[in-house]
Amino acid sequence: MLNAWLVASIVAVVAGVVGFFTVLRGSAFVAHAIPNGSFAGAAGASLIGLSTLIGLGVFSLGGALAIGLLGRRGRHDVATALTLTMMLGLGALFLSFSVEYAQLVYSLLFGEVLGIASNEILPTAILGGACIAAVALLYRPLMLSSVLPEVGEASGVGRARMEMVFLCILALATTMTVPVVGTLLIFSLMIGAPATARSLTDRPLVAMALSVAIALAIVWAAIAASYSTDYPVGFFVGTASAASYALGRSWEATGARRRVGRRTRRSS
Amino acid sequence: MSHLLSPVFAQGFFESAAVHRALAVGALVAVVTAAVGLFTVIRGQSFAGEAFGDLGTTGGSAGFLVGVGPLWGFVVGNVIAAGAMEGIGIQRARGRDLATGIVLGAGIGLAALILYLDTTYRNTTGAAVTILFGSVFAISSSTVPLVLLLSVAVLAIVLAIYRPLLLSSVSPEMASARGIRVRMIGVLYLLALALAAALAAITIGTILSTALLIGPAASALRLSSRPLTAMLGAAAIGIATVWAGIVLAYDSYDWPPVHRGWPVSFFVVTLVLIAYVLSGVPEARARRRSRALAARPGAAGAMPG
Repeated sequence: MLNAWLVASIVAVVAGVVGFFTVLRGSAFVAHAIPNGSFAGAAGASLIGLSTLIGLGVFSLGGALAIGLLGRRGRHDVATALTLTMMLGLGALFLSFSVEYAQLVYSLLFGEVLGIASNEILPTAILGGACIAAVALLYRPLMLSSVLPEVGEASGVGRARMEMVFLCILALATTMTVPVVGTLLIFSLMIGAPATARSLTDRPLVAMALSVAIALAIVWAAIAASYSTDYPVGFFVGTASAASYALGRSWEATGARRRVGRRTRRSS
Repeated sequence: MSHLLSPVFAQGFFESAAVHRALAVGALVAVVTAAVGLFTVIRGQSFAGEAFGDLGTTGGSAGFLVGVGPLWGFVVGNVIAAGAMEGIGIQRARGRDLATGIVLGAGIGLAALILYLDTTYRNTTGAAVTILFGSVFAISSSTVPLVLLLSVAVLAIVLAIYRPLLLSSVSPEMASARGIRVRMIGVLYLLALALAAALAAITIGTILSTALLIGPAASALRLSSRPLTAMLGAAAIGIATVWAGIVLAYDSYDWPPVHRGWPVSFFVVTLVLIAYVLSGVPEARARRRSRALAARPGAAGAMPG
């Protein structure tokens, strides 16, 4: 039980931080694509007896690189979509070879946080730490290329290179978060929390902190709810992320009106 | 005659009723997804197509729970999802991917719950696999009329709004300047996409259905920029890949490692990807040729490669 809380908290922090840039760069689709690609890796790894984390890692990174390279020519979204589905098809193939087809499919796609073993905590923490460190080190160039890509180019921050770097960070974040929330749902955590944060504030560091806080709240609530109802964690994560996003949007709608009112009063 | 074909078509292929149904449904679905997929690619809404695929999981699993079977579940679920996406504002370019993603997350979370209930209360352990990865060989004969009906409906919608849809997909500003109700056209298109995705889902499963929606259309667009030609090309590519996938899956029944047959959906999406990569070859060759020509301005009649 403690394992689940620990690992889930690490996952939430990483999702909050990496998700912030995902939302900023409008990479929702890619954030959806990479984890689904890593599904094949996990399936293949479990087939040959390797740790699923290795399978996830290899395929996430491979998928990120493929998307980055394929996206250079041709339409970016088509390349991503086809790579994603190809990986999923591969995963389906691997899983069809195994005996526990149905159960494996379910847990890979929707997560199995309550079944996390204690020897998974350390690798998750290390990978999580690596993600956060990468983001911290590259904060400025990442922000620049996300918000003002032309200015970034002028200052030597290549747009294509930063895109590849970001994709790799995303791949890393995915690898460690999938066992908790599953490939189909990790991206909803990575998007819902930061999107809500951005509805509440414009300042990047504040938004990132809020994003982490919201992600933690979502994950803790989801685990608690799952523990008491026996319903899957993923259901609560998806619903809570959506609810949080909706709240953020409605706050935005009222807040904007209030802000406008204040400005006109001051100018009169 | 059958002796000649036997290396390609495993024994019993042409006699099996399940295969006939698979081929028929597959071809219909390929045509429908080509028609709708063309616009999906032009509008750059691959994510929406993907979203319907995933949300279909929710609908399909609900269908199992309620007992009406996956296709109805896909259709109803997708139509509801289309309404939700429209409500959130999928038509406004800004924040579109984000909104779609949020709806997706909620829907998939719900799917997780329903699948859990399926296995707990209904004992349909195979539901997840059937919904997610398809079961074209398991399509019952009672499903085929519904597939036909839906296909005709989608094609009718696309035909009816073809011109305004094309214009508003390529240039929404020009379209509304001409008096086209861009929003209304968008809603109809979204409905067509919802139904097309449902059809693709029973063929190769929900999370793989994007491949059929986008792959053949994108490949065709790389080969021809004329919309009608591209649509026909997409249908041809779609039918070819689906039928080839069915043949290979049928043949694979004895293949290692488990001698249970490889999934149809795996073959189809792989072939779709291969088709897409191949469709980029003429463009790459033309680029290389023009580059080489530009590098040798004075060389008369010196055509490279």
